[in-house]
Amino acid sequence: MFTHDWDTLTADQRFEARMRAWREPDGVEFVTPEAAAAYRERVGMIRAAVELNKPARVPVSPHVGLFPARCAGLSARDAYYDYGRFAQAMLEYHRTYEPDTLAGYITTVPCKAFDILDYKMYDWPGRGTDDNAGYQYNEAEYMKADEYALLMTDPSAYWQSRYLPRTFGAFEPMAELAPLTELLEMPFVAPFLMPYGTPPVQAMLKKLMAAGEAALEWFEVMSAAEREVMATLGIPEFGGGASKAPYDILGDTMRGTRAVMLDKFRRRGELVEAMERLVPIAVDFGRRAADATRNPFVFMPLHKGADGFLSHKDFEELYWPTLKAVILGLIEEGIVPQLFVEGAYDSRLDVIVDEDIPPGRTVWLFDATDMRAVRDHLAGFACFGGNVPGALLQIGVAAEVEEYVKRLLADVAGGGGFILSTGISVDQARPENFMAMMDAGRRYGEAI
Amino acid sequence: MLEQLVNAITALDEEQVHRLTDEALADGADAQSILNAGREAVNRVGEQYAQGRAFIPELIMAGEIMQQVSAKVRPLLAARQTQQRQLGTIVLATVKGDIHDIGKDIVGALLEIAGFTIIDLGVDVPAAQIVTNVRAVAPVAVGLSGLLTVAFDSMKATVDAIRQADLRPCPPVMIGGAPVNEQVCRYVGADGWGGDAVAAVALAKSLTGDA
Repeated sequence: MFTHDWDTLTADQRFEARMRAWREPDGVEFVTPEAAAAYRERVGMIRAAVELNKPARVPVSPHVGLFPARCAGLSARDAYYDYGRFAQAMLEYHRTYEPDTLAGYITTVPCKAFDILDYKMYDWPGRGTDDNAGYQYNEAEYMKADEYALLMTDPSAYWQSRYLPRTFGAFEPMAELAPLTELLEMPFVAPFLMPYGTPPVQAMLKKLMAAGEAALEWFEVMSAAEREVMATLGIPEFGGGASKAPYDILGDTMRGTRAVMLDKFRRRGELVEAMERLVPIAVDFGRRAADATRNPFVFMPLHKGADGFLSHKDFEELYWPTLKAVILGLIEEGIVPQLFVEGAYDSRLDVIVDEDIPPGRTVWLFDATDMRAVRDHLAGFACFGGNVPGALLQIGVAAEVEEYVKRLLADVAGGGGFILSTGISVDQARPENFMAMMDAGRRYGEAI
Repeated sequence: MLEQLVNAITALDEEQVHRLTDEALADGADAQSILNAGREAVNRVGEQYAQGRAFIPELIMAGEIMQQVSAKVRPLLAARQTQQRQLGTIVLATVKGDIHDIGKDIVGALLEIAGFTIIDLGVDVPAAQIVTNVRAVAPVAVGLSGLLTVAFDSMKATVDAIRQADLRPCPPVMIGGAPVNEQVCRYVGADGWGGDAVAAVALAKSLTGDA
């Protein structure tokens, strides 16, 4: 629980409590009064934008993936395995570009842990992709078409008995383990325990312990670097956890893109029921992380509801209701869902501006959506931003980037509630283009 | 009967399609005419997609149904070639560094239905492998796919490699994928780009002079 009286607080009071905790971060000793002031100024600018006010300047908050590593001359493999060098690259990125929000541990992943666990769902450098390519998802039906009922009966048991043994080689013995719900009375305990005495399960547990240590090694290095960025540069984190739309949970890494689309025709009832079953799980996923990080924002990448991926009717009736339920569940917890809209949402804007969602409690970051239409729909409803194209940053020239940002700000930022960001998480960009975006954002964002 | 089959496929009514296919075969319908009806139906779904009345799930479902119809009637076809007009071969690949295949697969399916023969080299395909295949097959066009921005440089390298390979004739190259746009097309040096699978079919026809 975030505060001792949490259950008695309204959603707005919870929002205030989380915003206060964000403004006064635990474990960060600002090295100078200037750093502390810069931190609070940035928090203030972002909060103003979130609450649909006009900040002193438009916050500039790019989403980056491997870009900091590439700037430092690191390969993707280095970024995923050599945490110390990546952390240095991350520090250097923040010193160079001075973004208003921190690109934290989410920009990399601990592949040592994934090697130990024989994670099958992805390729990464040294395991399927070459040293310079970022990790990529291996699309497959990790959940079978006839397993909806099993999933809905007990999602945790489903994960343990079916999903995890398929997605991690090390977790294959999990298929033999009983669900934890069988631990009810003394006579039932021994049968539950027995598999844990067998060599395959014990080998699995040892791998899990080693992977846990590998994850901690990564986290300690990365969190120290994050604290240093906060303490020395006064840059706050703009995300304290993640969650997903229930349709994407199923469509991204369980049934897969193609299969979930076929399920829409063949198993619509089960699909809807499964999504509804996943709503509280998705809310809790975001809330637990936001509680732990004491950060009010939960990042939600949106994938399979984009224009073209579903009809307008299906978006409205199939994708949106459970996404909306997750959004409302997070808002009820005082959390600000940060919705990262991949692809385009031109035909979805009228749906997402939903009167049940309180104004000023969500952030929507877009990629290829028409930003003037976004402005027209979302003004007075939600903070929005994004849109600087990854392709422009990678293959354009600095003058084009500056012009793009200048026009974007002039077109859509005038009413407040705007955050300048990239349309995608940037892996590759010409450094001079990236700097042009940052400079233009700061220069033209002040006059707005 | 065949018109009913076309309508059932267009309506994505899987059960009805199976029933009508079985009935058509029982009535002695020619396997080729059933296949042609299937193609006609998938083309209609493609047209609906181009008009914004159908979407990717509908395209995929239509393709899936067509595949089932095809599996059912193909064994009944005589050894002779199908009577569909062949527009030539297109080599497709997701370029080096990128393992995404869904976009490529949808494009491949629609190109096939449009009458092209598809040689799909898969994902994460190095430029040299694409050139080797292009040399061996002499396709009427090459289609390169990529979802990640890392694909831009791989596409460029592949286009350069194809152009430098002294192929006669040198096939036009078309590119596609979520981040691809006119600027990317210029950067890569491709002959054209498409924003979706239907655009890819139109582009392939125009690049190969079959528009």
